[in-house]
Amino acid sequence: MSTQAIFTQTTYIIAAALFILSLKWLSAVPTARRGVIAGEIGMILAIAGTLLLPQIVSYKWIILTLLIGSAIGIPIAYLMPMTHVPQRTALSHSFGGLAVGLVGTAKYYLWNQHDPERLTPFIMAVLCFEVLLGFLTFTGSLMAFGKLQELLPTRPIVYRGQNFVNLSVLAIAVAIGVYLTINPAQIGLFPIFIALALAFGVMLILPIGGADMPTVIALLNSYAGISASAMGFVLQNKLLIIAGALDGSSGFILSIIMCKAMNRSFTNVLFGAFGQVSPQALKAEERTVRSATPEEAADILLAASSVAIIPGYGMAVAQAQHKVRELFDLLTRRGIDVKFGIHPVAGRMPGHMNVLLAEADIPYDRLLEMEDINSELPHTDVALVIGANDVVNPAAKHDKNSPIYGMPIIEADRARTVMVIKRSMNPGFAGIENELYYMDKTLMLFGDAKAYLSELVKVIGQEK
Amino acid sequence: MTLQDILGNLYVFVLATFLGFEVIRRVSPLLHTPLMSLTNAISAISLVGSLVILGAQETTLTTVLGALAVTASTINVVSGFLITDRMLKMFKKREPGERGKSS
Repeated sequence: MSTQAIFTQTTYIIAAALFILSLKWLSAVPTARRGVIAGEIGMILAIAGTLLLPQIVSYKWIILTLLIGSAIGIPIAYLMPMTHVPQRTALSHSFGGLAVGLVGTAKYYLWNQHDPERLTPFIMAVLCFEVLLGFLTFTGSLMAFGKLQELLPTRPIVYRGQNFVNLSVLAIAVAIGVYLTINPAQIGLFPIFIALALAFGVMLILPIGGADMPTVIALLNSYAGISASAMGFVLQNKLLIIAGALDGSSGFILSIIMCKAMNRSFTNVLFGAFGQVSPQALKAEERTVRSATPEEAADILLAASSVAIIPGYGMAVAQAQHKVRELFDLLTRRGIDVKFGIHPVAGRMPGHMNVLLAEADIPYDRLLEMEDINSELPHTDVALVIGANDVVNPAAKHDKNSPIYGMPIIEADRARTVMVIKRSMNPGFAGIENELYYMDKTLMLFGDAKAYLSELVKVIGQEK
Repeated sequence: MTLQDILGNLYVFVLATFLGFEVIRRVSPLLHTPLMSLTNAISAISLVGSLVILGAQETTLTTVLGALAVTASTINVVSGFLITDRMLKMFKKREPGERGKSS
Protein backbone atom coordinates (compact mmCIF):
# COMPACT_ATOMS: atom_id res chain seq x y z
CA MET A 1 0.00 0.00 0.00
CA SER A 2 1.40 3.38 -0.98
CA THR A 3 1.81 6.18 1.55
CA GLN A 4 -0.91 8.06 -0.27
CA ALA A 5 -3.35 5.16 0.02
CA ILE A 6 -2.57 4.82 3.73
CA PHE A 7 -3.19 8.53 4.19
CA THR A 8 -6.55 8.30 2.40
CA GLN A 9 -7.59 5.26 4.45
CA THR A 10 -6.64 7.11 7.64
CA THR A 11 -8.90 10.02 6.75
CA TYR A 12 -11.69 7.50 6.07
CA ILE A 13 -11.25 5.83 9.46
CA ILE A 14 -11.34 9.18 11.25
CA ALA A 15 -14.38 10.20 9.18
CA ALA A 16 -16.21 6.97 10.13
CA ALA A 17 -15.51 7.62 13.82
CA LEU A 18 -16.67 11.23 13.50
CA PHE A 19 -19.91 10.17 11.78
CA ILE A 20 -20.73 7.81 14.64
CA LEU A 21 -19.94 10.52 17.22
CA SER A 22 -22.04 12.92 15.18
CA LEU A 23 -25.13 10.72 15.53
CA LYS A 24 -24.38 10.03 19.18
CA TRP A 25 -24.20 13.75 19.96
CA LEU A 26 -27.41 14.37 18.07
CA SER A 27 -29.32 12.32 20.64
CA ALA A 28 -29.97 15.34 22.89
CA VAL A 29 -30.46 19.03 22.20
CA PRO A 30 -27.49 20.41 24.24
CA THR A 31 -24.89 18.40 22.27
CA ALA A 32 -26.72 18.22 18.94
CA ARG A 33 -24.95 21.10 17.20
CA ARG A 34 -21.59 19.61 18.14
CA GLY A 35 -22.82 16.53 16.28
CA VAL A 36 -23.30 18.55 13.10
CA ILE A 37 -19.76 19.96 13.37
CA ALA A 38 -18.32 16.46 13.86
CA GLY A 39 -20.17 15.28 10.75
CA GLU A 40 -18.90 18.24 8.74
CA ILE A 41 -15.29 17.67 9.76
CA GLY A 42 -15.61 13.98 8.90
CA MET A 43 -17.02 14.84 5.50
CA ILE A 44 -14.29 17.39 4.70
CA LEU A 45 -11.56 14.95 5.77
CA ALA A 46 -12.98 12.17 3.62
CA ILE A 47 -13.29 14.45 0.58
CA ALA A 48 -9.73 15.75 1.06
CA GLY A 49 -8.41 12.20 1.41
CA THR A 50 -10.21 11.19 -1.78
CA LEU A 51 -8.97 14.13 -3.84
CA LEU A 52 -5.36 13.10 -3.11
CA LEU A 53 -5.86 9.66 -4.67
CA PRO A 54 -3.55 9.03 -7.67
CA GLN A 55 -6.49 7.85 -9.85
CA ILE A 56 -7.74 11.40 -10.04
CA VAL A 57 -6.08 12.95 -13.08
CA SER A 58 -8.12 16.11 -13.56
CA TYR A 59 -9.68 18.53 -11.10
CA LYS A 60 -11.41 20.74 -13.64
CA TRP A 61 -14.79 18.99 -13.57
CA ILE A 62 -14.55 18.19 -9.89
CA ILE A 63 -14.17 21.84 -8.93
CA LEU A 64 -16.94 22.90 -11.30
CA THR A 65 -19.46 20.30 -10.09
CA LEU A 66 -18.61 20.89 -6.42
CA LEU A 67 -19.28 24.60 -6.99
CA ILE A 68 -22.56 23.95 -8.83
CA GLY A 69 -23.70 21.56 -6.10
CA SER A 70 -22.87 24.08 -3.38
CA ALA A 71 -24.53 26.90 -5.31
CA ILE A 72 -27.75 24.85 -5.34
CA GLY A 73 -27.38 23.40 -1.83
CA ILE A 74 -26.74 26.61 0.11
CA PRO A 75 -29.92 28.44 -0.98
CA ILE A 76 -31.96 25.26 -0.37
CA ALA A 77 -30.67 25.11 3.21
CA TYR A 78 -31.26 28.77 4.05
CA LEU A 79 -34.36 29.67 2.03
CA MET A 80 -36.49 26.55 2.49
CA PRO A 81 -39.34 27.37 4.89
CA MET A 82 -39.59 24.94 7.82
CA THR A 83 -43.04 23.81 6.67
CA HIS A 84 -41.31 22.56 3.49
CA VAL A 85 -38.63 20.50 5.24
CA PRO A 86 -40.38 17.21 4.30
CA GLN A 87 -40.18 18.21 0.63
CA ARG A 88 -36.49 19.00 0.93
CA THR A 89 -35.92 15.70 2.66
CA ALA A 90 -37.73 13.81 -0.10
CA LEU A 91 -35.66 15.65 -2.71
CA SER A 92 -32.42 14.83 -0.95
CA HIS A 93 -33.34 11.13 -0.80
CA SER A 94 -33.97 11.34 -4.50
CA PHE A 95 -30.59 12.99 -5.22
CA GLY A 96 -28.90 10.42 -2.98
CA GLY A 97 -30.55 7.54 -4.85
CA LEU A 98 -29.68 9.13 -8.20
CA ALA A 99 -25.99 9.54 -7.31
CA VAL A 100 -25.75 5.94 -6.16
CA GLY A 101 -27.54 4.63 -9.25
CA LEU A 102 -25.32 6.67 -11.58
CA VAL A 103 -22.10 5.53 -9.92
CA GLY A 104 -23.23 1.90 -10.20
CA THR A 105 -24.07 2.40 -13.87
CA ALA A 106 -20.73 4.11 -14.59
CA LYS A 107 -18.83 1.29 -12.89
CA TYR A 108 -20.74 -1.36 -14.81
CA TYR A 109 -20.03 0.15 -18.23
CA LEU A 110 -16.43 0.90 -17.33
CA TRP A 111 -15.62 -2.58 -16.07
CA ASN A 112 -17.62 -4.28 -18.78
CA GLN A 113 -15.48 -2.50 -21.36
CA HIS A 114 -12.01 -2.45 -19.78
CA ASP A 115 -11.90 -4.86 -16.89
CA PRO A 116 -14.54 -7.59 -17.31
CA GLU A 117 -12.88 -9.94 -14.81
CA ARG A 118 -13.75 -7.48 -12.03
CA LEU A 119 -17.45 -8.19 -12.60
CA THR A 120 -17.49 -11.29 -10.40
CA PRO A 121 -20.91 -12.75 -9.55
CA PHE A 122 -20.78 -11.21 -6.07
CA ILE A 123 -19.87 -7.73 -7.34
CA MET A 124 -22.42 -7.98 -10.13
CA ALA A 125 -25.20 -9.04 -7.74
CA VAL A 126 -24.42 -6.17 -5.35
CA LEU A 127 -24.09 -3.75 -8.25
CA CYS A 128 -27.53 -4.74 -9.58
CA PHE A 129 -28.98 -4.36 -6.09
CA GLU A 130 -27.35 -0.95 -5.76
CA VAL A 131 -28.60 0.27 -9.13
CA LEU A 132 -32.12 -1.09 -8.59
CA LEU A 133 -32.46 0.44 -5.13
CA GLY A 134 -30.74 3.68 -6.13
CA PHE A 135 -32.95 4.39 -9.13
CA LEU A 136 -36.19 3.32 -7.47
CA THR A 137 -35.35 5.61 -4.54
CA PHE A 138 -34.71 8.38 -7.09
CA THR A 139 -38.11 8.24 -8.78
CA GLY A 140 -39.97 7.12 -5.64
CA SER A 141 -38.68 10.11 -3.71
CA LEU A 142 -39.48 12.44 -6.58
CA MET A 143 -43.05 11.13 -6.42
CA ALA A 144 -43.10 11.68 -2.67
CA PHE A 145 -41.84 15.21 -3.29
CA GLY A 146 -44.62 15.77 -5.83
CA LYS A 147 -47.25 14.58 -3.39
CA LEU A 148 -45.90 16.66 -0.51
CA GLN A 149 -45.63 19.75 -2.70
CA GLU A 150 -49.13 18.93 -3.96
CA LEU A 151 -47.96 18.91 -7.56
CA LEU A 152 -49.56 15.46 -7.62
CA PRO A 153 -52.85 14.44 -5.99
CA THR A 154 -52.22 13.51 -2.35
CA ARG A 155 -54.99 10.92 -2.38
CA PRO A 156 -53.81 7.41 -3.29
CA ILE A 157 -53.95 6.69 -7.03
CA VAL A 158 -55.20 3.15 -7.48
CA TYR A 159 -56.40 0.89 -10.27
CA ARG A 160 -57.47 -2.74 -10.50
CA GLY A 161 -54.66 -5.26 -10.27
CA GLN A 162 -52.19 -2.58 -9.19
CA ASN A 163 -50.31 -4.74 -6.72
CA PHE A 164 -50.03 -7.48 -9.33
CA VAL A 165 -48.63 -5.07 -11.94
CA ASN A 166 -46.19 -3.55 -9.44
CA LEU A 167 -44.91 -6.89 -8.24
CA SER A 168 -44.58 -8.12 -11.83
CA VAL A 169 -42.41 -5.13 -12.75
CA LEU A 170 -40.26 -5.77 -9.70
CA ALA A 171 -40.08 -9.48 -10.49
CA ILE A 172 -38.95 -8.82 -14.09
CA ALA A 173 -36.33 -6.35 -12.84
CA VAL A 174 -35.02 -8.89 -10.31
CA ALA A 175 -34.98 -11.61 -12.98
CA ILE A 176 -32.91 -9.39 -15.28
CA GLY A 177 -30.64 -8.60 -12.33
CA VAL A 178 -30.10 -12.30 -11.68
CA TYR A 179 -29.46 -12.91 -15.38
CA LEU A 180 -26.91 -10.08 -15.46
CA THR A 181 -25.23 -11.53 -12.39
CA ILE A 182 -24.69 -14.77 -14.28
CA ASN A 183 -23.93 -13.12 -17.65
CA PRO A 184 -22.43 -9.70 -16.91
CA ALA A 185 -21.56 -9.25 -20.59
CA GLN A 186 -25.25 -8.82 -21.60
CA ILE A 187 -24.81 -5.07 -21.81
CA GLY A 188 -28.01 -4.56 -23.81
CA LEU A 189 -30.14 -5.60 -20.84
CA PHE A 190 -28.71 -2.96 -18.53
CA PRO A 191 -30.73 0.02 -19.83
CA ILE A 192 -33.92 -2.09 -19.57
CA PHE A 193 -32.97 -2.93 -16.00
CA ILE A 194 -32.54 0.78 -15.18
CA ALA A 195 -35.85 1.67 -16.87
CA LEU A 196 -37.69 -0.96 -14.82
CA ALA A 197 -36.11 0.32 -11.59
CA LEU A 198 -37.17 3.89 -12.43
CA ALA A 199 -40.70 2.76 -13.31
CA PHE A 200 -41.05 0.68 -10.15
CA GLY A 201 -40.15 3.70 -7.99
CA VAL A 202 -43.03 5.67 -9.51
CA MET A 203 -45.50 2.79 -9.25
CA LEU A 204 -44.58 2.06 -5.65
CA ILE A 205 -45.51 5.56 -4.45
CA LEU A 206 -48.63 6.11 -6.63
CA PRO A 207 -51.03 4.25 -4.29
CA ILE A 208 -49.68 5.88 -1.12
CA GLY A 209 -51.72 8.67 0.39
CA GLY A 210 -50.57 11.87 2.07
CA ALA A 211 -51.30 10.56 5.57
CA ASP A 212 -48.69 7.84 5.10
CA MET A 213 -45.97 10.23 3.99
CA PRO A 214 -44.07 10.17 7.33
CA THR A 215 -43.61 6.39 7.02
CA VAL A 216 -42.78 6.51 3.33
CA ILE A 217 -40.17 9.24 3.77
CA ALA A 218 -38.54 7.23 6.54
CA LEU A 219 -38.61 4.11 4.38
CA LEU A 220 -37.07 5.90 1.39
CA ASN A 221 -34.43 7.26 3.77
CA SER A 222 -33.59 3.69 4.66
CA TYR A 223 -33.42 2.68 0.98
CA ALA A 224 -31.09 5.57 0.18
CA GLY A 225 -28.79 4.45 3.00
CA ILE A 226 -28.78 0.78 2.08
CA SER A 227 -28.07 1.58 -1.58
CA ALA A 228 -25.12 3.77 -0.51
CA SER A 229 -23.87 0.86 1.58
CA ALA A 230 -24.17 -1.48 -1.42
CA MET A 231 -22.12 1.02 -3.39
CA GLY A 232 -19.45 0.66 -0.71
CA PHE A 233 -19.32 -3.09 -1.42
CA VAL A 234 -18.94 -2.46 -5.16
CA LEU A 235 -16.22 0.16 -4.70
CA GLN A 236 -14.49 -1.70 -1.85
CA ASN A 237 -14.92 1.34 0.35
CA LYS A 238 -15.61 0.66 4.03
CA LEU A 239 -16.43 4.28 4.84
CA LEU A 240 -19.34 4.11 2.39
CA ILE A 241 -20.48 0.82 3.90
CA ILE A 242 -20.48 2.33 7.40
CA ALA A 243 -22.15 5.65 6.50
CA GLY A 244 -24.77 3.86 4.39
CA ALA A 245 -25.49 1.36 7.16
CA LEU A 246 -25.95 4.18 9.69
CA ASP A 247 -28.37 5.98 7.36
CA GLY A 248 -30.16 2.74 6.54
CA SER A 249 -30.70 1.78 10.16
CA SER A 250 -31.82 5.30 11.04
CA GLY A 251 -34.45 5.29 8.30
CA PHE A 252 -35.55 1.82 9.33
CA ILE A 253 -35.97 2.75 13.01
CA LEU A 254 -37.94 5.85 12.06
CA SER A 255 -40.24 3.90 9.76
CA ILE A 256 -40.91 1.36 12.51
CA ILE A 257 -41.75 4.20 14.92
CA MET A 258 -44.09 5.72 12.34
CA CYS A 259 -45.80 2.40 11.63
CA LYS A 260 -46.32 1.76 15.35
CA ALA A 261 -47.70 5.27 15.79
CA MET A 262 -50.37 4.45 13.21
CA ASN A 263 -50.79 0.80 14.18
CA ARG A 264 -50.01 -0.29 10.64
CA SER A 265 -47.65 -2.79 9.11
CA PHE A 266 -45.13 -2.08 6.35
CA THR A 267 -47.15 -4.13 3.86
CA ASN A 268 -50.26 -2.21 4.80
CA VAL A 269 -48.55 1.15 4.28
CA LEU A 270 -47.02 0.09 0.96
CA PHE A 271 -49.93 -1.82 -0.52
CA GLY A 272 -52.93 -0.78 1.56
CA ALA A 273 -53.78 2.50 -0.22
CA PHE A 274 -55.00 3.97 3.06
CA GLY A 275 -57.49 6.79 2.87
CA GLN A 276 -58.72 6.22 -0.69
CA VAL A 277 -62.35 5.52 0.15
CA SER A 278 -64.19 7.00 3.08
CA PRO A 279 -67.55 5.27 3.55
CA GLN A 280 -68.01 6.89 6.96
CA ALA A 281 -67.79 10.33 5.45
CA LEU A 282 -70.80 9.64 3.28
CA LYS A 283 -73.32 8.87 6.02
CA ALA A 284 -72.95 12.23 7.69
CA GLU A 285 -75.57 11.92 10.37
CA GLU A 286 -76.80 15.09 12.01
CA ARG A 287 -75.46 15.34 15.50
CA THR A 288 -75.27 18.43 17.63
CA VAL A 289 -72.04 20.03 18.70
CA ARG A 290 -71.41 22.90 21.09
CA SER A 291 -69.50 25.82 19.70
CA ALA A 292 -67.95 28.79 21.48
CA THR A 293 -66.92 32.34 20.62
CA PRO A 294 -63.35 33.54 21.19
CA GLU A 295 -64.56 35.44 24.28
CA GLU A 296 -66.03 32.29 25.84
CA ALA A 297 -62.93 30.29 24.95
CA ALA A 298 -60.71 32.97 26.49
CA ASP A 299 -62.66 32.84 29.77
CA ILE A 300 -62.27 29.08 29.97
CA LEU A 301 -58.53 29.25 29.25
CA LEU A 302 -58.00 31.98 31.85
CA ALA A 303 -59.88 30.00 34.47
CA ALA A 304 -57.65 26.96 33.87
CA SER A 305 -54.49 26.18 35.75
CA SER A 306 -53.16 23.71 33.21
CA VAL A 307 -53.57 23.64 29.43
CA ALA A 308 -52.40 21.01 26.96
CA ILE A 309 -52.15 22.13 23.36
CA ILE A 310 -52.35 19.35 20.77
CA PRO A 311 -51.21 20.61 17.38
CA GLY A 312 -51.63 18.80 14.08
CA TYR A 313 -50.57 19.47 10.55
CA GLY A 314 -53.60 21.74 10.10
CA MET A 315 -51.88 24.22 12.39
CA ALA A 316 -48.86 24.34 10.09
CA VAL A 317 -51.03 24.63 6.99
CA ALA A 318 -52.77 27.66 8.52
CA GLN A 319 -49.33 29.08 9.46
CA ALA A 320 -50.65 29.49 13.00
CA GLN A 321 -47.46 28.56 14.90
CA HIS A 322 -46.60 32.13 15.81
CA LYS A 323 -50.10 32.86 17.09
CA VAL A 324 -49.89 29.67 19.15
CA ARG A 325 -46.68 31.01 20.62
CA GLU A 326 -48.35 34.33 21.54
CA LEU A 327 -51.13 32.40 23.25
CA PHE A 328 -48.51 30.30 25.03
CA ASP A 329 -46.74 33.46 26.25
CA LEU A 330 -49.92 35.14 27.47
CA LEU A 331 -51.10 32.08 29.39
CA THR A 332 -47.67 31.25 30.81
CA ARG A 333 -47.26 34.81 32.06
CA ARG A 334 -50.48 34.40 34.01
CA GLY A 335 -49.05 31.36 35.73
CA ILE A 336 -50.98 28.82 33.69
CA ASP A 337 -49.02 25.64 33.00
CA VAL A 338 -49.02 25.18 29.21
CA LYS A 339 -47.64 22.05 27.59
CA PHE A 340 -47.73 20.63 24.08
CA GLY A 341 -48.60 17.04 23.22
CA ILE A 342 -46.91 15.87 20.03
CA HIS A 343 -48.13 12.74 18.30
CA PRO A 344 -45.34 10.91 16.43
CA VAL A 345 -47.15 11.31 13.10
CA ALA A 346 -48.18 14.94 13.60
CA GLY A 347 -46.78 16.73 10.56
CA ARG A 348 -45.53 15.33 7.30
CA MET A 349 -42.34 13.64 8.51
CA PRO A 350 -40.98 12.27 11.80
CA GLY A 351 -40.41 15.10 14.28
CA HIS A 352 -41.73 17.78 11.92
CA MET A 353 -44.10 19.35 14.46
CA ASN A 354 -41.30 19.85 17.00
CA VAL A 355 -39.26 21.79 14.43
CA LEU A 356 -42.23 23.99 13.53
CA LEU A 357 -42.93 24.81 17.19
CA ALA A 358 -39.25 25.36 17.96
CA GLU A 359 -39.12 27.77 15.03
CA ALA A 360 -41.94 29.71 16.67
CA ASP A 361 -39.70 30.01 19.77
CA ILE A 362 -41.62 27.61 21.97
CA PRO A 363 -39.13 26.17 24.48
CA TYR A 364 -38.46 22.54 23.63
CA ASP A 365 -38.87 21.35 27.23
CA ARG A 366 -42.59 22.19 26.82
CA LEU A 367 -42.95 19.74 23.91
CA LEU A 368 -44.06 16.40 25.34
CA GLU A 369 -44.17 13.01 23.67
CA MET A 370 -47.45 11.16 23.41
CA GLU A 371 -46.93 8.86 26.44
CA ASP A 372 -45.90 11.76 28.68
CA ILE A 373 -48.80 14.03 27.79
CA ASN A 374 -51.26 11.13 28.11
CA SER A 375 -50.29 10.55 31.73
CA GLU A 376 -50.94 14.25 32.43
CA LEU A 377 -54.16 14.74 30.48
CA PRO A 378 -56.55 13.24 33.09
CA HIS A 379 -55.65 16.08 35.46
CA THR A 380 -55.37 18.79 32.82
CA ASP A 381 -58.05 21.48 32.79
CA VAL A 382 -58.18 22.24 29.08
CA ALA A 383 -57.02 20.27 26.06
CA LEU A 384 -56.80 22.63 23.07
CA VAL A 385 -56.68 20.73 19.77
CA ILE A 386 -55.42 22.81 16.84
CA GLY A 387 -55.59 21.30 13.37
CA ALA A 388 -55.30 17.71 14.60
CA ASN A 389 -58.01 15.15 13.99
CA ASP A 390 -57.35 11.42 13.74
CA VAL A 391 -54.60 11.49 16.37
CA VAL A 392 -57.15 12.56 19.03
CA ASN A 393 -60.02 10.33 17.87
CA PRO A 394 -61.19 8.15 20.81
CA ALA A 395 -62.63 5.65 18.30
CA ALA A 396 -59.08 4.35 17.91
CA LYS A 397 -59.35 2.93 21.42
CA HIS A 398 -62.74 1.23 21.43
CA ASP A 399 -64.41 1.13 18.00
CA LYS A 400 -63.29 -2.09 16.35
CA ASN A 401 -64.92 -1.05 13.05
CA SER A 402 -62.97 2.16 12.78
CA PRO A 403 -60.16 2.17 10.18
CA ILE A 404 -57.88 3.68 12.81
CA TYR A 405 -58.74 1.15 15.54
CA GLY A 406 -55.65 0.32 17.59
CA MET A 407 -53.72 3.44 16.64
CA PRO A 408 -52.16 5.06 19.71
CA ILE A 409 -53.76 8.46 20.26
CA ILE A 410 -53.33 11.52 22.42
CA GLU A 411 -56.17 11.14 24.88
CA ALA A 412 -57.55 14.66 24.66
CA ASP A 413 -60.97 13.28 25.67
CA ARG A 414 -59.67 12.68 29.20
CA ALA A 415 -59.02 16.36 29.93
CA ARG A 416 -61.70 18.21 31.92
CA THR A 417 -62.64 20.43 28.99
CA VAL A 418 -61.77 19.93 25.34
CA MET A 419 -61.60 22.73 22.81
CA VAL A 420 -61.09 22.04 19.11
CA ILE A 421 -60.19 24.72 16.58
CA LYS A 422 -61.50 23.51 13.25
CA ARG A 423 -62.61 25.02 9.98
CA SER A 424 -65.85 23.07 9.69
CA MET A 425 -67.31 19.71 10.59
CA ASN A 426 -65.82 18.05 7.49
CA PRO A 427 -63.97 14.87 8.39
CA GLY A 428 -60.19 14.90 8.25
CA PHE A 429 -57.61 13.40 5.97
CA ALA A 430 -58.64 9.78 6.43
CA GLY A 431 -62.29 10.72 6.14
CA ILE A 432 -63.17 9.34 9.56
CA GLU A 433 -65.86 10.81 11.82
CA ASN A 434 -64.43 11.98 15.16
CA GLU A 435 -66.67 11.42 18.18
CA LEU A 436 -64.52 13.70 20.28
CA TYR A 437 -66.36 16.63 18.70
CA TYR A 438 -69.72 15.44 19.98
CA MET A 439 -68.77 14.93 23.62
CA ASP A 440 -70.52 17.01 26.25
CA LYS A 441 -67.28 18.53 27.47
CA THR A 442 -66.14 19.50 23.99
CA LEU A 443 -66.40 23.02 22.58
CA MET A 444 -65.87 23.52 18.88
CA LEU A 445 -64.10 26.73 17.97
CA PHE A 446 -65.01 27.16 14.30
CA GLY A 447 -62.70 29.12 12.06
CA ASP A 448 -59.32 29.27 10.41
CA ALA A 449 -56.73 28.36 13.05
CA LYS A 450 -54.67 31.51 12.56
CA ALA A 451 -57.65 33.88 12.49
CA TYR A 452 -59.30 32.26 15.50
CA LEU A 453 -56.08 32.29 17.53
CA SER A 454 -55.52 35.96 16.66
CA GLU A 455 -58.97 36.75 18.07
CA LEU A 456 -58.26 34.64 21.14
CA VAL A 457 -54.91 36.33 21.75
CA LYS A 458 -56.52 39.76 21.35
CA VAL A 459 -59.29 38.99 23.86
CA ILE A 460 -56.89 37.52 26.42
CA GLY A 461 -54.45 40.40 25.94
CA GLN A 462 -57.18 42.94 26.73
CA GLU A 463 -58.32 41.21 29.87
CA LYS A 464 -56.39 42.40 32.88
CA MET B 1 -11.41 -9.26 -4.85
CA THR B 2 -10.98 -12.24 -2.58
CA LEU B 3 -13.51 -13.95 -0.37
CA GLN B 4 -11.54 -12.47 2.53
CA ASP B 5 -12.38 -8.95 1.33
CA ILE B 6 -16.07 -9.75 0.93
CA LEU B 7 -16.26 -11.21 4.42
CA GLY B 8 -14.37 -8.26 5.88
CA ASN B 9 -16.83 -5.87 4.28
CA LEU B 10 -19.79 -7.90 5.52
CA TYR B 11 -18.44 -7.74 9.07
CA VAL B 12 -18.15 -3.96 8.76
CA PHE B 13 -21.70 -3.74 7.42
CA VAL B 14 -23.23 -5.88 10.16
CA LEU B 15 -21.39 -4.10 12.96
CA ALA B 16 -22.19 -0.65 11.58
CA THR B 17 -25.88 -1.56 11.27
CA PHE B 18 -26.08 -2.71 14.88
CA LEU B 19 -24.14 0.32 16.05
CA GLY B 20 -26.52 2.50 14.05
CA PHE B 21 -29.53 0.90 15.73
CA GLU B 22 -28.09 1.42 19.19
CA VAL B 23 -27.02 5.02 18.64
CA ILE B 24 -30.14 6.12 16.81
CA ARG B 25 -32.57 4.45 19.21
CA ARG B 26 -31.37 6.97 21.77
CA VAL B 27 -32.16 10.03 19.68
CA SER B 28 -35.04 11.96 21.23
CA PRO B 29 -38.19 12.05 19.04
CA LEU B 30 -37.91 15.81 19.46
CA LEU B 31 -34.98 15.68 17.03
CA HIS B 32 -36.19 13.14 14.49
CA THR B 33 -36.38 15.68 11.66
CA PRO B 34 -32.81 16.96 12.20
CA LEU B 35 -31.74 13.32 12.57
CA MET B 36 -33.10 12.53 9.14
CA SER B 37 -31.41 15.48 7.49
CA LEU B 38 -28.12 14.73 9.25
CA THR B 39 -28.07 11.05 8.25
CA ASN B 40 -28.93 12.22 4.74
CA ALA B 41 -25.90 14.47 4.67
CA ILE B 42 -23.70 11.70 6.10
CA SER B 43 -24.83 9.10 3.58
CA ALA B 44 -24.03 11.59 0.82
CA ILE B 45 -20.48 10.42 1.54
CA SER B 46 -21.18 8.45 -1.65
CA LEU B 47 -19.67 11.69 -3.01
CA VAL B 48 -16.21 10.15 -2.57
CA GLY B 49 -17.14 7.36 -4.99
CA SER B 50 -18.46 9.82 -7.56
CA LEU B 51 -15.35 12.00 -7.21
CA VAL B 52 -13.06 9.12 -8.18
CA ILE B 53 -15.19 8.32 -11.23
CA LEU B 54 -15.31 11.95 -12.34
CA GLY B 55 -11.65 12.64 -11.65
CA ALA B 56 -10.37 9.51 -13.37
CA GLN B 57 -12.00 10.63 -16.69
CA GLU B 58 -11.89 7.20 -18.27
CA THR B 59 -14.69 7.43 -20.83
CA THR B 60 -17.08 10.23 -21.80
CA LEU B 61 -19.98 8.24 -20.38
CA THR B 62 -18.39 7.75 -16.95
CA THR B 63 -17.35 11.41 -16.84
CA VAL B 64 -20.90 12.58 -17.58
CA LEU B 65 -22.44 10.17 -15.06
CA GLY B 66 -19.77 11.09 -12.52
CA ALA B 67 -20.41 14.82 -12.99
CA LEU B 68 -24.15 14.35 -12.38
CA ALA B 69 -23.47 12.16 -9.34
CA VAL B 70 -20.99 14.63 -7.81
CA THR B 71 -23.46 17.49 -8.29
CA ALA B 72 -26.33 15.53 -6.72
CA SER B 73 -24.23 14.38 -3.73
CA THR B 74 -22.75 17.83 -3.18
CA ILE B 75 -26.24 19.31 -2.98
CA ASN B 76 -27.07 16.74 -0.29
CA VAL B 77 -23.89 17.28 1.69
CA VAL B 78 -24.11 21.07 1.68
CA SER B 79 -27.85 21.49 2.19
CA GLY B 80 -28.04 18.54 4.62
CA PHE B 81 -25.49 19.84 7.11
CA LEU B 82 -26.56 23.47 6.83
CA ILE B 83 -30.28 22.86 7.26
CA THR B 84 -29.67 20.50 10.20
CA ASP B 85 -27.73 23.24 11.94
CA ARG B 86 -30.40 25.81 11.05
CA MET B 87 -33.06 23.61 12.65
CA LEU B 88 -31.01 22.83 15.75
CA LYS B 89 -30.37 26.53 16.35
CA MET B 90 -34.12 26.98 16.82
CA PHE B 91 -34.39 24.56 19.73
CA LYS B 92 -34.16 26.72 22.85
CA LYS B 93 -34.82 26.06 26.49
CA ARG B 94 -37.00 28.48 28.38
CA GLU B 95 -35.02 31.44 29.68
CA PRO B 96 -37.09 33.02 32.45
CA GLY B 97 -35.47 36.45 32.02
CA GLU B 98 -36.42 36.61 28.39
CA ARG B 99 -40.11 35.95 28.85
CA GLY B 100 -42.55 38.70 28.13
CA LYS B 101 -40.96 40.32 25.12
CA SER B 102 -43.72 39.02 22.90
CA SER B 103 -43.36 40.14 19.32
